[in-house]
Amino acid sequence: MNLPSKAKSDPKPCLVEIEGISKSFPGVHAVRAANYGLREGEIHALVGENGAGKSTLIKILTGVHRRDRGEIRLRGRPVSFRTPLEAQQAGIATIYQEFTLVPFLSVAANIFLGHEFTERGLLNHRRERREAAALLDRLGGNFDPAVTVSELTVAQQQIVEIARAIARHSNILVMDEPTAALAPREVFNLFDLLRELAGQGMGIIFISHRLDEVLAMAQRITVMRDGVTIATRPTADYTRLELIEQMVGRSIEQEYFKDKVPIGKTCLEVMNLGGGMVRDVSFSVRCGEILGLAGLMGAGRTEAARLIFGADPRKSGAILLNGHQLDISSPHDAIERGICLLPEDRKAQGLILSASIKDNFALPNLKSWSRLGWIYQRREKERFSDRVNGLNIRLASQDQRAEELSGGNQQKLLIARWLEANTEVIIFDEPTRGIDVGAKYEMYLLIGRLAAQGKAIIVISSELPELLGICDRILVMRRGRIAGEIIDVGSATPEAIMTLAV
Amino acid sequence: MKDSIKKGSTGFFRSTWYKRFISDYGMVIVLAGLCLLFSLLTITEQHPTGVAAAEDLLKQIRELVPGGGPVLVVTSGSPDDSEFVRALKESPRLSRLQPLSFITGTPSDVRARMTVLDKAGQIPQYIITTHASSAMVDMITSQLAVFKDVAVLAPTSHKWPTFLMADNIRNVANQITVIAIIAIGMTMVIITAGIDLSVGSMIALSAVVVAWLVGRLGGEEASNVTMIIAALGGIILCGGVGAFSGLMVTAFRIPPFIATLAMMQVAAGLGYIISQGRPIYQLPDSFVWLGRGVDPLLHIPIAVILMLVLYALAHLVMSRTTYGRYIYAVGGNLEAARLAGIRVKLVLFSVYTICGMLAGLGGVVMASQLKSGAPTYGLTYELYVIAAVVVGGTSLMGGEGRILGTLIGAFIIAVIQNGMNLVNVESYTQKVVLGLVILAAVLVDRLKQRNFNFKALWHYKKKHHLNEHNLTGDEGGK
Repeated sequence: MNLPSKAKSDPKPCLVEIEGISKSFPGVHAVRAANYGLREGEIHALVGENGAGKSTLIKILTGVHRRDRGEIRLRGRPVSFRTPLEAQQAGIATIYQEFTLVPFLSVAANIFLGHEFTERGLLNHRRERREAAALLDRLGGNFDPAVTVSELTVAQQQIVEIARAIARHSNILVMDEPTAALAPREVFNLFDLLRELAGQGMGIIFISHRLDEVLAMAQRITVMRDGVTIATRPTADYTRLELIEQMVGRSIEQEYFKDKVPIGKTCLEVMNLGGGMVRDVSFSVRCGEILGLAGLMGAGRTEAARLIFGADPRKSGAILLNGHQLDISSPHDAIERGICLLPEDRKAQGLILSASIKDNFALPNLKSWSRLGWIYQRREKERFSDRVNGLNIRLASQDQRAEELSGGNQQKLLIARWLEANTEVIIFDEPTRGIDVGAKYEMYLLIGRLAAQGKAIIVISSELPELLGICDRILVMRRGRIAGEIIDVGSATPEAIMTLAV
Repeated sequence: MKDSIKKGSTGFFRSTWYKRFISDYGMVIVLAGLCLLFSLLTITEQHPTGVAAAEDLLKQIRELVPGGGPVLVVTSGSPDDSEFVRALKESPRLSRLQPLSFITGTPSDVRARMTVLDKAGQIPQYIITTHASSAMVDMITSQLAVFKDVAVLAPTSHKWPTFLMADNIRNVANQITVIAIIAIGMTMVIITAGIDLSVGSMIALSAVVVAWLVGRLGGEEASNVTMIIAALGGIILCGGVGAFSGLMVTAFRIPPFIATLAMMQVAAGLGYIISQGRPIYQLPDSFVWLGRGVDPLLHIPIAVILMLVLYALAHLVMSRTTYGRYIYAVGGNLEAARLAGIRVKLVLFSVYTICGMLAGLGGVVMASQLKSGAPTYGLTYELYVIAAVVVGGTSLMGGEGRILGTLIGAFIIAVIQNGMNLVNVESYTQKVVLGLVILAAVLVDRLKQRNFNFKALWHYKKKHHLNEHNLTGDEGGK
């Protein structure tokens, strides 16, 4: 009981002090006079919307970028890293979202990559394995250091990355969105590990979009907005809503949006759907209803959606729209019958990044403004401007490439596309993943508006508060089957969903 | 709003139409530069021949002796000279010249005839000849005392780049037609992120099949209809080969490189089997219409017209039709295209089929140019075709590229080859240069893909005193 107060009165020595750092790129002030401090044994979160300058600040610290102004001190000594290697040698290890492991080398080889144990010019495999095994043991990694990295799960690969950082005697660990690709159980394990490392004196810089995790993990939180570090405060001083307000820069009355919409007749009905890992899934959605699909990662939510959409081959079951059985064997069929899907990975599955925004918008809708294959471009431009203005999508020109849009605007572009296609059923797979807090609310408004138009909507999400906030009804999936249904969403809790999901 | 504009205009080449043009067809400038270079390098004395020479001489004579006077026309028997003499004789102004005689033949013939004239006392005021024969005339007149003082007139020469001679330009265009026609199909395939290595073999296959069919259906007496049927046969067969590659790529997911590498062998082998390894020559004279014929008005080769028409069509298809959009979409992101309801397998299959048909057409053109069909045709042509596409700015990663860029790419390759021939660069060196040009084109493509921002780099360097980090500029993302 005494420990926290003792820590407060006698703060541990600073590992990193960042003072007045500025950095501009041509046309953009990425970071302006930013301050940040990391103490020994501390987990200090850095939060902010996309483009707030978190990444740039971290890249300056780790020697990827060079600062324009300001000072960085490491244990009180001013430093200036010219390359990532220099930062690494000074004890700063960075673990990015995309891992930097070599997939076809063994775990041990990856851990000691660049610092191999050699004996007269030859690799000492035995010692490498032994040391690696000891490290993994310490980090709770129960896998063989001799297997190749490509055989590991994402969580295990993360442990390898951490082991590598420790092998290099790093005492500062930068973790950029470490939980993005982890299942809840794995997140739990990771947090245990990070707390333990902090307990041993390591300083951890924790960057995450998931505010619940930030609030649960960090001792202090620094909020960045528009390149400026707005505030650094102990975690206890923040509520979730306050944190969001700091990040967005304006007051937020509510995080979610739910309109009362009259729910009509049954629109989509799925019976005994099976295929891939999905077994015997049956449910229905009514017009104007927003149905949530909850479950752990790999529970079969996305797979079920893809079966309905015809993206994967269906082994069994029937799909009925307005009482008529549909014969869907490809996305092409589904779209023509009135079902569309916004995939979970916008960049890999939704957009043609190299194509223009307009072409992306037009792709499934070309038939409405072409004859015998000839595109009427004027009509296309009209339809495009109509939809883009209607959804308040910000863009420089319609010929801009889709990859240049922000995450929120990319998602809106995809919605604009399916609005134009005017389908009766819309399936959203993780509609707010990687989107700014402000843009999320806009997304909820949009989903609500679509429901109000009488469309049947299915939302798949891993963020339980989100599902509870916007859905009329929630189905929980587990191991490819429907494990339960939550009808009274208003009084349900995330825990109620989790008990059904695990 | 401002934010997104900033993000949108990071690329150097954006916003205004001419910048867009440079970005899309920057290779035009390279082509223009090459043409200028070779023009400057090949400036030489050009001597008019034939009709032009006759016109020039008639003008000279009119200025020298307005009233006209006795002239003697002396030429060797070469085709150019005969053309010259014929043009002179047909000219309405010939009578004013009072030609004494037209002497044509070997130096000894000419000397004999001139001695006869001398004896008859017929001494001309001027001797007219061509540039090619002027040396011979000079030699003879210096030997015959009477003619020593007679002025010899040859067409006036002028300085002009050999590269820009109409004949040479026609030559460049003719050389490139086969490659350029096939490059249309290859561009489509490469935009879908595929490749077709079998086009070179398909040239041979098509040429052999056409020649064989014409031989079977009438040989040297074959009618036009027969030849059209034979040509269609070659095109359809190659379309079938392409379709088979497409089937392997779509239905069995064999990588295009492997599928078409296999078909490259198959098509080449079929060509040898059908022709039994020998060239087929028995073709009617009219068979060369497509490959060597020219249009009556501007004397543009028929094959070049065909090529330009195909490019215009392909450009419209790729930029203005749903099919074109689908091709770009499939190449840009196959899965996203599929999830947007595009029948991606159909698109891929059709693209390989079209590429095969165009390769077949290329084979027909080549057979017509060479008036024969042999299984050795088109060897390594696939590499030139791919080079033309890549030099034209199409990304091998798929999703990006321009049909007209490919045409420019084909011309760049042809101009480099032709120009180096004109300035007497030996063929080994030519290969080295060509290879480096292709490499440079791919390098530009790479830098564009990395969003290499030259302008920003410049400002950045000025501001930061040659800071050597972060020159590739991916600071926006995380």
